[in-house]
Amino acid sequence: MRLYRTLRLALRALTRNPLRALLTTLGIVIGVGAVIAMMEIGAGSSTAIKKTIASMGANVILILPGTAASGGVSFGMGSVNTLSPDDCTAIARECPSVRSAAPIVRARAQLVYGSRNWVPNLMDGTTPAFLNIRDLDNLTEGEPFTERDILNGNRVCLLGPTIVRELFQGESPIGKEIRVKNVSFRVVGVLPAKGANMMGMDQDDILLAPWTTIKYRVTGSTLSNSNQSAASTSSTVNSLSNLYPGTSSDLYPATSDVQAADNPMPVRFATVDQILASAISTEEIQNAIRQITALLHERHHIREGEPDDFNIRDMTEMTKTLTSTTTLMGNLLLCVAMISLVVGGVGIMNIMLVSVTERTREIGLRMAVGARPSDILRQFLVEAIVLCLSGGALGILLGHGGSTLVAILLHWPVQTSPAAIVAAVAVSVTLGLAFGFYPAWKASRLDPIEALRYE
Amino acid sequence: MPLIELNRINKTYHLGDFEVQVLKDITMSVGEGELVALMGASGSGKSTLMNILGCLDRPTSGEYWLDGEEVSRLSLDQRALLRNGKIGFVFQNFNLLPRTSALDNVAMPLSYAQDNPSEREARVRAKEMLERVGLGERIDHEPSKLSGGQQQRVAIARALINRPRILFADEPTGNLDSRTSVEVLHMFQRLNQEDGVTIILVTHDPNVAHYAQRVIHIHDGQIAAGIYDAQAPKGEEGQA
Ligand SMILES: Nc1ncnc2c1ncn2[C@@H]1O[C@H](COP(=O)(O)OP(=O)(O)OP(=O)(O)O)[C@@H](O)[C@H]1O
Ligand SMILES: [Mg+2]
Repeated sequence: MRLYRTLRLALRALTRNPLRALLTTLGIVIGVGAVIAMMEIGAGSSTAIKKTIASMGANVILILPGTAASGGVSFGMGSVNTLSPDDCTAIARECPSVRSAAPIVRARAQLVYGSRNWVPNLMDGTTPAFLNIRDLDNLTEGEPFTERDILNGNRVCLLGPTIVRELFQGESPIGKEIRVKNVSFRVVGVLPAKGANMMGMDQDDILLAPWTTIKYRVTGSTLSNSNQSAASTSSTVNSLSNLYPGTSSDLYPATSDVQAADNPMPVRFATVDQILASAISTEEIQNAIRQITALLHERHHIREGEPDDFNIRDMTEMTKTLTSTTTLMGNLLLCVAMISLVVGGVGIMNIMLVSVTERTREIGLRMAVGARPSDILRQFLVEAIVLCLSGGALGILLGHGGSTLVAILLHWPVQTSPAAIVAAVAVSVTLGLAFGFYPAWKASRLDPIEALRYE
Repeated sequence: MPLIELNRINKTYHLGDFEVQVLKDITMSVGEGELVALMGASGSGKSTLMNILGCLDRPTSGEYWLDGEEVSRLSLDQRALLRNGKIGFVFQNFNLLPRTSALDNVAMPLSYAQDNPSEREARVRAKEMLERVGLGERIDHEPSKLSGGQQQRVAIARALINRPRILFADEPTGNLDSRTSVEVLHMFQRLNQEDGVTIILVTHDPNVAHYAQRVIHIHDGQIAAGIYDAQAPKGEEGQA
């Protein structure tokens, strides 16, 4: 028997009783609808999360200085600066899975332009590689600072849109001078807008400058990473021409060269607060972390079993936290889907059993004129599958409508997912097969004589 | 060699501890092109015999040769194939598919045919067959919109669609009035004489049996009055 003839037969049998068919498929409609809604919402939120993470820079790895411990007393993360700019250069050069790396020196200080002032959220001293890692390459205005600026400790900076708005109010800031702790910075560029990050922090409230400039002219310290906000208030007077300004007023008499030579301080030449690196691809993040760990072990002379003096973070944990809500929602919907699919399947089985009983004589007749048991089995199986598929089609519409509603009312990000439609069709066919089989098998096992005599 | 040959056919039903022997040592034969009537009292086993002859059922014991083939031990699928290709059935209660056009009813057995004709070919053949039984005008009618005689003619068209060698009719006129019965019986005669279809029909009614060339009487599961030629009734189209 040709398949399309079987299909036509099944369609005719179903359209004979459309209301019954519709009610029967209700469970499947709801189940498939839930699956579709779940997958569309899931796909939407995962895209949204990916976008957020990409806005922070794709494949970012953060290397933080480690915990200092002395005699069992931990001073907490970042209590010593163990990372040097050379570490950063080495990471960029020697780790094959790392695309680039940039040091970060943090400061916190007031910006002054004319009569206006502003304390930016972030004031990072870094290298041009930072722009690449954070995906800030496309400056809205101006040019980034250069390696030469870093070597010379030039007083140039890039501003985020928020600072531009607060200090310049629509004016172009390029070429203007702003003052930071009495050091004058020339604005060379404006960063592209990034919006708030996942924690609601404004990513546009940022000042970027060469790390040497921040380190030696703003924080003015080579030894410790003292609290800059506190330091900033004790505003030591700097002359603009001073090459190394911002030296804190000494409480104690300065150490002479001889004293310094006698008591070498356990610090490296220069330290940075963080190193920001990016892996060449998402898959390579774990490799990159491994390579960086090995490299830093070697450079910091950390032997096997000794505690690390650095910490490495990537975005996976943050991603996990962010996905957990949607995962929970998804699991809930999945439960609803499972239950209604099973209920729907049982409904299909029930109606197919009724149909087989109602059509006993037809089955007997078909057998008498030469239908084999397998023909009958196929006919009823195809009918069940067609029933489930039409339920599935309605379910796809319902689910899509539902997720669109969620998008409109709750402003959740949703995304049409072709995979969901494929899954829905597969689920429908499977249900039809699973729950249609028993009635179809029963039909195929009828005895033609008894079936023909059935009243 | 006759088309149908039964050799000591027995059929026993088991009802719990009971054993009911419905057919007892039936031996008979029907030649190609015969029109045979099976007669007997109610419960004598006519339908049981017809089911065995029509390969719907299997005898408990005995041999059944159909067209040179021993068919009593064939599998379900093989018998289905045989029924589809060589045998046509006409029932007392027509057994048409409800809410299905006459054309689709007639074309239905073609879906199970081995040569598997295309949809268009199937429609053409079904239409021809309906025209042959005089229903060319009513191919789109559903059974509920046809008279009893018309329904039975649709059923005959359906039985003939695969050009069978043998037609089995179990009380084909049982639900019809005498006038339409005569029409149906004339149709059987024409099929038998013009197309050479072998026809075996079951009836209670001696008037119906008169249309046959030969009557086989069954009594309590046995062939009773032997085999005789019904000479007079042939061609005598009296009140059936
Ligand atoms: N499936 C069955 N199980 C048990 N007994 C059966 C079965 N089918 C038929 N019989 C018995 O076999 C006997 C013959 O039945 P059958 O239907 O062949 O009679 P019949 O000659 O066709 O009668 P009628 O003229 O009334 O149609 C009856 O006594 C019936 O009770
Ligand atoms: Mg009977």
